[in-house]
Amino acid sequence: MIVFRNVHKRFGTKQVLQGFSLDVKEGETMVVIGYSGSGKSVALKHVVGLLAPDEGEVEVDGRIVHQLDRAGLVELRSQIGFVFQFAALFDSMTVRENLALGLRRQKVNSRTIEERVRESLALVDLMGAEDRYPAELSGGMRKRVGLARAIALRPRYLLYDEPTTGLDPVTAAVINELMVRTRERLGVTGIVVTHDMTSAYRVADRIAMLYRGAIRQVGTVEQVQRTHDPIVRQFIEGRPEGAADAEGAAAGTTR
Amino acid sequence: MYNLVAVRVAGWISALGRAGHFLSDVTRSLRDVGTWAGLTAVQMRRIGVQSLPIAVFISIFTGIVLALLSSYSFTGAVPLYFVGTFVGKAMMLELAPVLVGLALAGRVGANIAAELGTMRVTEQVDALETLAYNPHAYLVVPRVVAATSMFPVVVALAMAVGMGAGWIASISLLELSTPDFVKGLRLFYQFKDVWFGLVKAMSFGLVIALIGCHKGLSTRGGAEGVGRETTSAVVLSAEMILVLDAFWAVVLL
Ligand SMILES: Nc1ncnc2c1ncn2[C@@H]1O[C@H](COP(=O)(O)OP(=O)(O)O)[C@@H](O)[C@H]1O
Ligand SMILES: [Mg+2]
Repeated sequence: MIVFRNVHKRFGTKQVLQGFSLDVKEGETMVVIGYSGSGKSVALKHVVGLLAPDEGEVEVDGRIVHQLDRAGLVELRSQIGFVFQFAALFDSMTVRENLALGLRRQKVNSRTIEERVRESLALVDLMGAEDRYPAELSGGMRKRVGLARAIALRPRYLLYDEPTTGLDPVTAAVINELMVRTRERLGVTGIVVTHDMTSAYRVADRIAMLYRGAIRQVGTVEQVQRTHDPIVRQFIEGRPEGAADAEGAAAGTTR
Repeated sequence: MYNLVAVRVAGWISALGRAGHFLSDVTRSLRDVGTWAGLTAVQMRRIGVQSLPIAVFISIFTGIVLALLSSYSFTGAVPLYFVGTFVGKAMMLELAPVLVGLALAGRVGANIAAELGTMRVTEQVDALETLAYNPHAYLVVPRVVAATSMFPVVVALAMAVGMGAGWIASISLLELSTPDFVKGLRLFYQFKDVWFGLVKAMSFGLVIALIGCHKGLSTRGGAEGVGRETTSAVVLSAEMILVLDAFWAVVLL
């Protein structure tokens, strides 16, 4: 269970989140859609304590993230896998070392590490890539390694930051299937941040739209597809003109 | 006008605050020995490999120039064996640590800032944190410990090579014999000459690595940000070396 309660976050004078509230139920996949620069990544980073709210709180399994001490945070992070937008693989390390790093931190013994690395790569269909370096991989392969690195830890939660952005449609579809498969096999609770509606419809149980720093609407895929809210409609249909203000889709600037 | 000054001052104060925060984070991370100990050897090797060629290059030419300059300045009025004294003192007290320090601010400092800056903007630092690592213990401490411990080694070598080059220049270009050069070298020698230079080198290594790491980790805004922070790391390190150099002269001499 992940709960955002009235989260506010600003950088300098730029108000990014402004009363962001959302709850993600156990076992579901919540897709958060929104314009580029609307603060989706910022919201996601609050869940693992990479950012702390100016106001409000994020709760994971009853723990308030920004109040955790170092040890509590380490414990929390061991249960959450984060899949970064550009994979964020350590480029001085091979694929195997990338996957093993988090496991070593958790003091998993080396035989188990070897097993987990193999299983995780198998789950993303990348067997045999263990000894390659990130620079030798294509964009889609890197994203898969990024996913494998997150699932190697056997997390209860998976957070995806724009998993399909920048990929060709076929590779994007492969990633969508992998997300669905991961959820079926590991039973994880997920938050997926994206502006790719094809992907959102494929992987979501519920969809929430982030607009101007807060949730504009949240509902099941069918509910969102049938919505009458002009701003949500415009976004999911990808129409250039309408009620929404794409440039000002972030919460705005305070003086 | 008043406003501009106020904004500037506020900017400096907040930069100082961030630097202080960074230092306290790094200090606290020292306790996480399990994370940084194993990584330090790798960084020591890297810094050594990066530094030795430049250090040798600089000290050879500096040694030669010192020998020629001193014999020129003495104009026959001062006994020529003082060339050895001058080469030794100048090399150990000042030129080996400072010249090598400045060169390494460019080599090692830029390398650290660019590497950590790239890791920051590509979210590798965030990834490290989500894997439950403390980035200060994992990235900063090994580099700082390695630079602080390797710089004196590199500078000690530079001192030796510089004096060697000065000696060769003296016997081949000046009319100075080896016993006379050595006599000059030993004339006012004190052990303090060596450790003073090495303490300086240590402080330069510490400062260069800290600045490189701090600038790298605070990088924002893609490749442009990496370039900007790398340049500023090098400039600030070079300035700090000169300030520290004066500081040690006042405090220790
Ligand atoms: N660490 C940061 N420092 C300053 N500004 C930031 C930081 N992280 C994000 N922002 C700003 O917050 C806004 C929202 O960013 P982000 O969450 O990345 O958007 P997106 O919805 O595309 O993921 C952007 O304008 C971005 O510039
Ligand atoms: Mg984003």
